[in-house]
Amino acid sequence: MAKRIYGIYEDEEVLMDAITSLKGNGVVCKDVQSPFPIHGIDKLLDVPRTRIAIVSFMFGITGTSLALLMTWYMMISDWPINIGGKPNMMFYMNLPAFIPVTFELTVFCAAHGMALTFLLRSKLLPGVTAPIPHPRVTDDKFVLHVDVKDENKLNEVVSLIKSSGASEVMLKSMQFS
Amino acid sequence: MMDRKYELTKNNKLIPVVMMAVGLIAIVMGFMTDHTRTWTTLLHNNFYFTAMALCGTFFVAVQYIAQAGWAVGIKRVPEAMGGFLKYGMVGMILIFIFGHHDLYHWTHSELYDVNSPQYDHILAGKQGFLNIPFFVTRMVAYALIWVGFTYALRKQSLREDAEGGLEPYRKSVSMGAVFIVLFAVTSSTSAWDFLMSVDAHWFSTMFGWYTFAGLFVSGLAMMCLFILFLRSKGYMDHVSSNHLHDVGKFMFAFSIFWTYLWFSQFMLIWYANLPEEVVYYQVRWESFKTLWVTNLIVNFCAPLLVLMTRDAKRQIPILWVAGIIILCGHWLDVYLMVTPGVLGKDWHIGFIEIGTMIGYLGLFVRVTLGELSKASVVPKNHPMFQETLHHHI
Repeated sequence: MAKRIYGIYEDEEVLMDAITSLKGNGVVCKDVQSPFPIHGIDKLLDVPRTRIAIVSFMFGITGTSLALLMTWYMMISDWPINIGGKPNMMFYMNLPAFIPVTFELTVFCAAHGMALTFLLRSKLLPGVTAPIPHPRVTDDKFVLHVDVKDENKLNEVVSLIKSSGASEVMLKSMQFS
Repeated sequence: MMDRKYELTKNNKLIPVVMMAVGLIAIVMGFMTDHTRTWTTLLHNNFYFTAMALCGTFFVAVQYIAQAGWAVGIKRVPEAMGGFLKYGMVGMILIFIFGHHDLYHWTHSELYDVNSPQYDHILAGKQGFLNIPFFVTRMVAYALIWVGFTYALRKQSLREDAEGGLEPYRKSVSMGAVFIVLFAVTSSTSAWDFLMSVDAHWFSTMFGWYTFAGLFVSGLAMMCLFILFLRSKGYMDHVSSNHLHDVGKFMFAFSIFWTYLWFSQFMLIWYANLPEEVVYYQVRWESFKTLWVTNLIVNFCAPLLVLMTRDAKRQIPILWVAGIIILCGHWLDVYLMVTPGVLGKDWHIGFIEIGTMIGYLGLFVRVTLGELSKASVVPKNHPMFQETLHHHI
């Protein structure tokens, strides 16, 4: 059983300094929630780099393949139509006409796939209650997540967070795997 | 770090001279064997390197208008590249004066004589635009505008180094804005003049944009290589991998932009299939097929795959490779814009073409390094200099 503590800060500069000093004292800073992106915070929290770029590449490739398959099936295999005398017997000879569709579907799949992946990964789907400890984190508060494994040290960590500039400290018990 | 001018070493002086000598030998050899081919390769290389120099000035102007902070640390490089413009434009005018009958079919006067058997009613219809006096006037106008703005922007930049203050910056911003407007028009019309009028019967409304895209991306690649070179010599310690990442992104994005325009021009003509438009691609498809396909692979597939990931754009060896690929690719692209219209199926890529390219490259590098040695590589009084030091992405 580990305790999760939320330190609530008023200012992102104070928060950044607090993280540095807390890390120096051996406190595990897990996450930060803030109303806007804070520059350099991922480095400070040792957040691993996002893999969303790889996801977008894979969705893009999927879109390209889908588009090529679709145009080949519709325009060459299933029902060839003579449009303006363009060759309709061979896929590669008519390929320039299919490039715009391919491009659009690549962008479509990459963009939508990326957005959906991001929402799923952040557990933010329509109708889902957002897991935020403090409602004002969407407005003007900055929340720092700290995990304490050893319950005897709880009071010590709380006072450390308070002295680092937090305006408020909240506790939440959670299962720690 | 402050106030460091580039110091020309012995090799910096010697190697370009050797390269220029090679170029001169190639040109002389060319004139002794085949003068049409030599004029073609001169126009091709002269345009290619002038365009890169023009991209330098354009890049500086764009950064001023956008009031961008990130590019301050590298801005002396495009500024120095602009120094080649005056040589390039003199070359352009000389090539036209002495080589126009070989290069530009429309300059033959019998085409406009109704009684002559060579009378060409299409070209006669274009005579209001394509005639020698107006053409020369336009060329001189381009030269004055481009070289003038390059000189003026450079002057303000040097004044800023000497005196400081905000005034040179403000002046540069408004000058940059005027230049961009003039550049938008002249980059397009100069592409029609220098390159499209080689195929005088043919026209494409995409041509100006297409040439601009090639100009911009090849200029960026050259700029990137110069930055990497200066960095390896220890002159650009203030340029971090974040700045290189931005330059890499520029090369990546504009390679794709070039492809977009290449394809837009090709697909419209392919689909409409009008005889007067299709001839342009017909000669390229029949006599230049390998080069024509290579052009697309080198300028699209290679930068797309090499520069796609974030890590690639931050690694110096990969940027070297990508920059060289793009430069070679766009050399080929300009070759394919010029040569088929003049030489048709009797084309070659041999010592004359490569040698002339080496000669021009030597001159370009020598002029750029010379300009870099005249002013500090670090524009220390630029109002956004601190910002560029803290640039982080």
